[in-house]
Amino acid sequence: MSDFTSNFWSLYVAGIALVGIVACLLLLYFSGKAKAMTAHDNTTGHVWDGDLREMNNPLPRWWVGLFLITIAFALGYLVLYPGLGNSAGKLGWSSAGQYDAEVAKANQALEPLYAKFAGMPPEDVAKDPQAMAIGDRLFMNNCAQCHGSDARGGKGFPNLTDKDWLHGGTHEKIKETLVKGRIGNMPPMAAAVGSADDVRNVAHYVLSLSNSPHDALRASLGKPKFVACAACHGPDGKGNQTIGAPNLTDDIWLHGWGENAIIAMVNNGKVNQMPAQAGKLTEAQLHVLASYVWGLSNQPAAK
Amino acid sequence: MESADQTTRKVIPIVPAPVGAEDTSEEGAWGELYAAHQKIYPRSVQGIFAKWRWGFVFLTQIIFYCLPWLEWGQRQAVLFDLGVRRFYIFGIVLYPQDFIYLTGLLVISAFSLFLFTAIAGRLWCGYACPQTVYSEIFMWIERKVEGDRTARMRLDSQDMSLEKLVKKWYKHFLWIGLSIWTGFTFVGYFTPIRELGMEFFLGNMSSWEVFWVFFYGFATYGNAGFMREQVCKYMCPYARFQSAMFDKDTLIVTYDAERGEPRGARSKKADLATLSLGACVDCTLCVQVCPTGIDIRNGLQYECIGCGACADVCDTVMDKVGYPRGLVKYSTQHAMQNKWTASQTLKHIFRPRVLIYTGILLLVVALLFGSLLTRKSFKVDVVRDRATLARIVSGGNIENVYRLQIMNAAEKRQHFKVTAEGMYELKVLTDSEDLTVESTQSRWVSVRLQVPYDSAVPGSYPVRFTIEASDDNETGHTLLEEKSVFLIPR
Ligand code: SF4
Ligand code: SF4
Repeated sequence: MSDFTSNFWSLYVAGIALVGIVACLLLLYFSGKAKAMTAHDNTTGHVWDGDLREMNNPLPRWWVGLFLITIAFALGYLVLYPGLGNSAGKLGWSSAGQYDAEVAKANQALEPLYAKFAGMPPEDVAKDPQAMAIGDRLFMNNCAQCHGSDARGGKGFPNLTDKDWLHGGTHEKIKETLVKGRIGNMPPMAAAVGSADDVRNVAHYVLSLSNSPHDALRASLGKPKFVACAACHGPDGKGNQTIGAPNLTDDIWLHGWGENAIIAMVNNGKVNQMPAQAGKLTEAQLHVLASYVWGLSNQPAAK
Repeated sequence: MESADQTTRKVIPIVPAPVGAEDTSEEGAWGELYAAHQKIYPRSVQGIFAKWRWGFVFLTQIIFYCLPWLEWGQRQAVLFDLGVRRFYIFGIVLYPQDFIYLTGLLVISAFSLFLFTAIAGRLWCGYACPQTVYSEIFMWIERKVEGDRTARMRLDSQDMSLEKLVKKWYKHFLWIGLSIWTGFTFVGYFTPIRELGMEFFLGNMSSWEVFWVFFYGFATYGNAGFMREQVCKYMCPYARFQSAMFDKDTLIVTYDAERGEPRGARSKKADLATLSLGACVDCTLCVQVCPTGIDIRNGLQYECIGCGACADVCDTVMDKVGYPRGLVKYSTQHAMQNKWTASQTLKHIFRPRVLIYTGILLLVVALLFGSLLTRKSFKVDVVRDRATLARIVSGGNIENVYRLQIMNAAEKRQHFKVTAEGMYELKVLTDSEDLTVESTQSRWVSVRLQVPYDSAVPGSYPVRFTIEASDDNETGHTLLEEKSVFLIPR
């Protein structure tokens, strides 16, 4: 796709580059021809301030040679690399291409390292300090942006160090999440639940499920209205990992804790997305990363 | 020359030079803007300044060639390991974060250069600059193979013969050998030199090592063998700005024109007093020994690197003809004008600029060594988590996450304990109790700080981490404090 309807700008850029080089050549040619008047005491005859005189110290001729070399280099460069307007250059170089080549090279260099872990079961990988150090770096570069550098998440971003999983916490499930990404969809349910008061009652019922501070009367009134929610979260509110519906009976509040947060979720719904990482990471990297994340939630209890 | 109109004028006009009395014959000639390079054949020289220069050649080169072979404990004493980004200098292990020390070193180098230049001109150029030092070594080899100035000039003007071919090949063979050794030594500062030596002989150096050995070797060969004074004249930036550091009390190599002129050859027995001649016998030896090919008798010139070779050789001439030494000598412009004695000249060393340079130099040296001596055995960088500003965790606490990079700069294993203060009921949580960092390694750890919900109004609060280190033998406890902030969201 061309940015412009004509290739004027391409010619303009190419012209500037070439005219510049030709101008340098001409300058070199004419200054090589030029001569300066030099008096016997090797001054040029120019005097400033009465006694400050200009010496004639000619530049050595090999400087001219160096200039010619740079000009030859510039021309060679323009032939090989993109520089003349739209021309792609004989080498077909591009920064993206170079990046891909570097990544491929780095991955190849790392292959033997990863090969060691590829055949190991995740439990063993999670115990290997070297693998965990690699996993830590992969996590920092690819996951920490959302899940936090300590993997404990934040509002809207799940904590990966606890036992609570939206889509399942086995190694296979984690890897599946990594590869394909996930979309968590909570539709706006206010219409299905009823009036604003009904929504509030449901919120208190939800709070009661996990024994969080709640209004018992409102909770009992909200219980029948929970049917609308049970389709996903289950009649007992324990969630459903096949569709990624959160468990409401634990004390973990992905989208905020308390009455207002729950009411907002019921009224507005929410679409939460975990992007797929398949294209970015190699199979071996995914294996180590999944083992690392698995290890985070299965480590011996830490303080 | 002085006239009222000249001293008051504001514009600086460019006028043709007044044709001097002795310059009336012709106007001059048209010269080119570029000139072919004239090869210089410096004559060898002996004398006090030559001794000094060779002293510096030995000193600097012994350090350069030997330092990388020194061992310190289990490792190379001086190694700038770029691969793992650790710089070992005897007992000190520096991280890239310690680059401030390099700044200090550069400031010290710069001010030393200013100081020496203000006192004694191009001392650095004449005696210690690698360009001078390697040129000196290469010229020594050249002299050993091809002979001194006249022999070399004769050889170069001859047609190619077997003898010439052998001499030239032999010289380049020695030069290239030395160059490669120099390049090899240079790379040995950045990669363990003993292993590099093995790789070198087995022919399996990495491509970058090969590149740098030969690139540095090539630069040595080209600069010391061929470019020589042209580097000083056309490339060196220092040569250009140092004239700004000269004043009339700066030591320069000068020709005592009053005593020397009019110059001229004379018979050995002639009595100087009865001749209408000055002390200069016009032997032109001072021109022949000059490595930059200038005639010091024309006065101070920018090409002069202050090497003192002309002073050395003129002294030997003066000795021979029985005149007092010092027709060409280190002196200052003021001393020459006012006919000061040596002690009078010395007194004028201490002028404001010299004292200021000295003061700053001493200050920076003291700061650098002070901070090196009080340096902690580890370093910590505290980075607030880039993703989560703050979060509410179960239990009703507000939590902030930090990443601490703990860099163990000691060559022993250390254990670290992190505490923090600055807020009411501040709690510190780490994933593992045991924060161990192996010798010269660095490690990132996540640290969480918590305060009770509602214990402070929304805003940003300064907190202070204290990191305590202890080594395996519990011999030393070191504390380090780092500042950060705790955010409480609205
Ligand atoms: S070496 Fe001394 S005597 Fe000989 S030409 Fe030079 S200044 Fe004159
Ligand atoms: S003039 Fe004398 S001091 Fe200056 S570069 Fe030549 S020999 Fe050395």
